[in-house]
Amino acid sequence: MLGIFGIFSGKAPSFVIFYGYDVLTIEYTVRMATKSLKARHSALVTENKQLEILEGGIFHKGELPYFKDKIAQIGHFPLRPKKLEILQINVGYMCNQVCEHCHVDAGPDRKEIMTKETMEQCLEVIRNTGAHTLDLTGGAPEMNPNFRWFVEEAAKAGIKDFIVRSNLTIIRANKKYYDLPHFFKKHNIHVISSMPHYTRGKTDKQRGEGVFDLSIRALQELNAVGYGMPESSLRLDLVYNPSGAFLPGDQVAMERDFKKALKVDFDIDFHNLFAITNLPIARFLDYLIASGNYEDYMYSLVEAYNPKAVANVMCTNTISVSWDGWLYDCDFNQMLGLKVASKIKHIKDYHEDILNDRNILISQHCYGCTAGAGSSCQGSVA
Amino acid sequence: MADSYYDPADLRKFGKITEWSEELGNKFFDYYGKVFEEGALSAREKSLIALAVAHVVKCPYCIDAYTKDGLQKGITKEEMMEAVHAGAAIESGATLVHGVQMMNKYNKLSM
Repeated sequence: MLGIFGIFSGKAPSFVIFYGYDVLTIEYTVRMATKSLKARHSALVTENKQLEILEGGIFHKGELPYFKDKIAQIGHFPLRPKKLEILQINVGYMCNQVCEHCHVDAGPDRKEIMTKETMEQCLEVIRNTGAHTLDLTGGAPEMNPNFRWFVEEAAKAGIKDFIVRSNLTIIRANKKYYDLPHFFKKHNIHVISSMPHYTRGKTDKQRGEGVFDLSIRALQELNAVGYGMPESSLRLDLVYNPSGAFLPGDQVAMERDFKKALKVDFDIDFHNLFAITNLPIARFLDYLIASGNYEDYMYSLVEAYNPKAVANVMCTNTISVSWDGWLYDCDFNQMLGLKVASKIKHIKDYHEDILNDRNILISQHCYGCTAGAGSSCQGSVA
Repeated sequence: MADSYYDPADLRKFGKITEWSEELGNKFFDYYGKVFEEGALSAREKSLIALAVAHVVKCPYCIDAYTKDGLQKGITKEEMMEAVHAGAAIESGATLVHGVQMMNKYNKLSM
């Protein structure tokens, strides 16, 4: 528990934002940023090493129960998919930010970008899927050079809910992105954006210096074209995830606090707040271990285990597609390199029925999705 | 036996007090859980009160627990520190207000 004081140690923000960094042009960078784990050649980058940590230690010693034993108690092992509802596509790991908690280990130095060819394969699936929601994520998805073309084509398929996960600062990062709010509106995109706190200090500490002010400005611009306004059909939701080794609070209470503060201080409106638990993988796992919080965090996750959340974990209604077209049970398994346990493993061979008839791969990071009210890319599940 | 009085890992074992007195332990935890639910006061407000009291009763376990709880509820460090000062002010005031007793006694005994 003492480790929690690490958060108050007063160290300078470890990560800063990149301005104007792009696939083709590097216009200007405000200051040197910390690199992704991959660029730092961290041992944790290898997915095997992460799985070793998650399978070993306190779980191997029997101090804490394995996730599979926990869900077996309520008859959910092996975990099986229900009807596919959400197709989540990661169009690349490149990002203009390097956030401390990022499970994708995204950053300006990541070169994994979905090609147009893979996008074509995705479009073929989008046109024929039974899923009602298409969810584009990254990195900053807007940094993929074919992002707009892909959105235009995908929008034609008539998916009911078309989400783009935008980090907000991208809208202000370079003038070629300034018209994104209009572009989103034109294609009736549902915008979901990260906003770790309604105060500058906590936001900048997690996401980089200057992120708060840029995010506020981007939100005001989205409001200006109608996004997030009461009664507006242009959906603008925010994602909150804790900036440290603790779990998110009650989603309803957090939403109330965010709405009040953002309205009073900045006249910003938005629809819903999704409280998401940080999963112990990639950069967040690295932070947990380095700060001496790993064991306490795993204890917190296991203590907060809610059997009611198990039935609705997002891997039961979602398929995650990586930048290079491989299929995963969720975005987190994608980062751990755990491809679906099905003979269909790639988008080019996509077959919804065969794919849906599989066992979902799990490890101890899955406790992150069953803690408290449960956590998913759409917020609480229980 | 541990070689110090306080071990951070003991906080996790708090629930085990029910093992030696199930009825009283359960009654306490039911009461405790109920107290911190949303009510006329929000759970957020109660968390700050708990943090202030944790400092006044100088309970390291409670300080750890309610610092973390505050973070979970989105409470800022400025709010937390003000709560600690509120507790400290009452505690020092409680000492100082006895100064009146001292003054009364002094005056009574003096010619």
